Amino acid sequence: MLLAEQILNGAQFGIMLFLLAAGLTLVFGIMRLINLAHGSLYMIGAFAAAWAGDATGSFLAALLAGTTAAAAIGMLIEAAVLRRLYARDHLDQVVATFGLILFFNEATTMLFGRQPLFARMPPWLAGSVELLPGVPYPAYRLAIIAVGLLVALLLYLLVARTRIGMLIRAGSSDRQMVRALGVRIGVIYMVVFGLGALLAGLAGVMAGPVFSVQVGMGEQVLLLTFVVIIIGGIGSVRGAFIGALLVGMVDTLTRAYLPGLLKTLLSTSEADAVGGGVSSMAVYLLMAAVLLWRPRGLFPAHG
Amino acid sequence: MTSPRPEAPLLEARGLVKRFGGLVATDNLSLDVLPGECHAVIGPNGAGKSTLIAQLAGELRSDAGTIRFDGADVSRLGMAVRARRGLVRSFQITAVLPEFTVLDNVALAVQARLGKHYRFWRRAADEPALRDPARRMIDEIGLGPRAGRKARELAHGEQRQLELAMALATEPKLLLLDEPMAGMGPEESRRMTSLLQGLKGRVSMLLVEHDMEAVFALADRVTVLVYGGAVASGAPDAIRGDPAVIEAYLGTDDEDSA
Amino acid sequence: MARLTRERGLILAGLGLILAYPWGVSAVGQPFLIGLGTRILIMGLAAASLDLVVGFGGMVSFGHAAFFGIGGYAVGILAFHAHDGSAFLGLIPGSDQALVAWPAAFVLGGLAALAIGALSLRTAGVHFIMITLAFAQMLFFLFISLKTYGGDDGLSFRPRNLLPGLDTRNETSFYYVVAVLLVGFLVLAGRLLDARFGTALRGVRENERRLAALGIPPYGIKLAAFTLSGAVAGLAGALMANQARFVSPELLHWTKSGDLLIMVILGGLGTLYGPVLGAAVLIMLETVLALWTEHWMVVLGPMLVALILFARGGLWGVLAGTRRS
Repeated sequence: MLLAEQILNGAQFGIMLFLLAAGLTLVFGIMRLINLAHGSLYMIGAFAAAWAGDATGSFLAALLAGTTAAAAIGMLIEAAVLRRLYARDHLDQVVATFGLILFFNEATTMLFGRQPLFARMPPWLAGSVELLPGVPYPAYRLAIIAVGLLVALLLYLLVARTRIGMLIRAGSSDRQMVRALGVRIGVIYMVVFGLGALLAGLAGVMAGPVFSVQVGMGEQVLLLTFVVIIIGGIGSVRGAFIGALLVGMVDTLTRAYLPGLLKTLLSTSEADAVGGGVSSMAVYLLMAAVLLWRPRGLFPAHG
Repeated sequence: MTSPRPEAPLLEARGLVKRFGGLVATDNLSLDVLPGECHAVIGPNGAGKSTLIAQLAGELRSDAGTIRFDGADVSRLGMAVRARRGLVRSFQITAVLPEFTVLDNVALAVQARLGKHYRFWRRAADEPALRDPARRMIDEIGLGPRAGRKARELAHGEQRQLELAMALATEPKLLLLDEPMAGMGPEESRRMTSLLQGLKGRVSMLLVEHDMEAVFALADRVTVLVYGGAVASGAPDAIRGDPAVIEAYLGTDDEDSA
Repeated sequence: MARLTRERGLILAGLGLILAYPWGVSAVGQPFLIGLGTRILIMGLAAASLDLVVGFGGMVSFGHAAFFGIGGYAVGILAFHAHDGSAFLGLIPGSDQALVAWPAAFVLGGLAALAIGALSLRTAGVHFIMITLAFAQMLFFLFISLKTYGGDDGLSFRPRNLLPGLDTRNETSFYYVVAVLLVGFLVLAGRLLDARFGTALRGVRENERRLAALGIPPYGIKLAAFTLSGAVAGLAGALMANQARFVSPELLHWTKSGDLLIMVILGGLGTLYGPVLGAAVLIMLETVLALWTEHWMVVLGPMLVALILFARGGLWGVLAGTRRS
């Protein structure tokens, strides 16, 4: 059934957005930092993986390269730039991280050129899996969903069940308190940011074979990631999960079905154009609607 | 016991309740302020005094209860609307406009009273309707020589005076004073107390304070708040000797401790 | 006071520079640079209108390009229908008259800002930033889907909007038209900021809660400022469409909103004149760096970061001797 396929596609896209949103929402919730360069880490993960995969022929190498590059560069910019922005106002954070985007995009172009890179899919995931009789679904996409759910579970355990998770949650709602408890807040920030960067890189690695690896991929997905966080509620991993699935579903399903629906009213090319336009708008309309109903998102982390 | 007065209360709060998650900050509280009266609210830290002011001012919506001001139900009205009607608050943590001069701060308060904000051409600094009342207020408060300084350049005590001047410039009927002496030394506190004494009769006041000297110098009535509820209410002398009050305050320093 | 004189001197110098520019570049044999100057003035207008909201009102809007784009498309769509003989939505005839198109752009920009602002200003902080971004993105995608008006590829048109008595096709004439509009805006905005409205607006930025406690409802003030700034951005967009004789959805892209914010910060937040300077510096930097390497953004990026981290107050503050608040 086409519908089942699209629903799975929506879930897969949602899961990828979740990997990005989880890190971003924690960074925003705890450090109150708007980091536009988060999408760049995703891009770095994808590029590093594509390059390593091409050079070695091994998906494992690609995975390692992508996640490590993203985490390493992430921690580098945290130490060099972002650390100085925690106390600054949002406008400064927006402009400074915007500058980082420009830098990373151009640097990537200088290293890899303007053509999209080819990211090889691991051959052992290249086939399809029959979920229901007669419904084949790409194994790779299922793997993405599986990995994402695993990460979600691990994050949940981390945040809800471990000491560091408790500190993260506390840091999200009451920084002064955490400091008063004698915990080195700088270490927590570094860990949170590193984790977020790692997840972004992972998302980039997995995205490579499915979406195209090109400069600018980070920004496209970044905006949607912000929408996810706003819908889910800033600082909440649970919100990021629900929000990501919502956004993934809405985006995928409108793109899949809206042009078709419009063909009954408009000419084919018009239906495609309008349908494409409205589908792109759909997620933002969703966000506006959620904000008007719940101004702090669905599951805000603090009050 | 309060002596019965013939007039109706200017401010009347009935059955106010405010919860924050599991915490009950305001517990079925009722109180009123009569015209011309200074009604002080005291209590240990955490008693919910600031929450009370926030609800009376309109910054926080109560979970239950009503607030009537000057004969009308204002429970659903926002802070700015209540202020326009004459129910004005001052802030415990000084909230002046740091980059504005002292004069500009008070002039803006005058502008708030006059109401016409959508004027786009005439320089506000040239408007006597704004400047003159502002200057008078500044002189009355005692900040005359500092009129041209930016608010952030003022000493803490001067900023508290400016805070009061701004509230007064709106010509309020009732002032909700949230710890006006906060952070002041004894000399400054006495000056503020005599300032407030000068207001008695002209402006009704609900005074939340820790400084007992000020409270007993100013208050016509005192209510003691503990865990969001009133445990005693009456004339200052009666409260002083009330055993329940003493118990509630046991161990609490009545020197101001910000 | 020395500070005021220095700032006044800077303003006069800037005015002189703006007026003398076309003559100057012609004298050195580079008349094609007049167009560049026009672009700078137009972006300066858009950035100054944004400063009204961000610098003076304290509202970080990340969707300003939307109003800019709407103004541009107002001109483009009217020009399209003027040539076609058809009518917009079957009702509104086209026009290539500036006195029709430019006020239309202004009004439409303002209406869009009124609508978006009315909803967005119910939020604050990062939510406000994101929701303004979201609305701008929605409009971006809307214009992409309008195939009749070029969609993705954009819409070109000729000639420039006609003004009675002036030849807008002449680069120098057009430059001066834009200069008059920019200077006019700066003068009017300056008065507005000193008037009651501007005082209230600046009060909102300083301490919104205080304003409400005094009895001034912040929402109305913020919305009025937001609407005005959107209208002016619309006008700037109309001018840009005329300058390039071309409009495309790129005008509404979020990176354009980012560029405008950069111009404001670079020039000086809350200075009104600073953003014009910021526009000049950014555009000239882009032009100059682009001559040196096609990868000039790899330099611009870190420069921006360094600017934010180390230089406070923007260029205007540094030149005029005033410090940023």
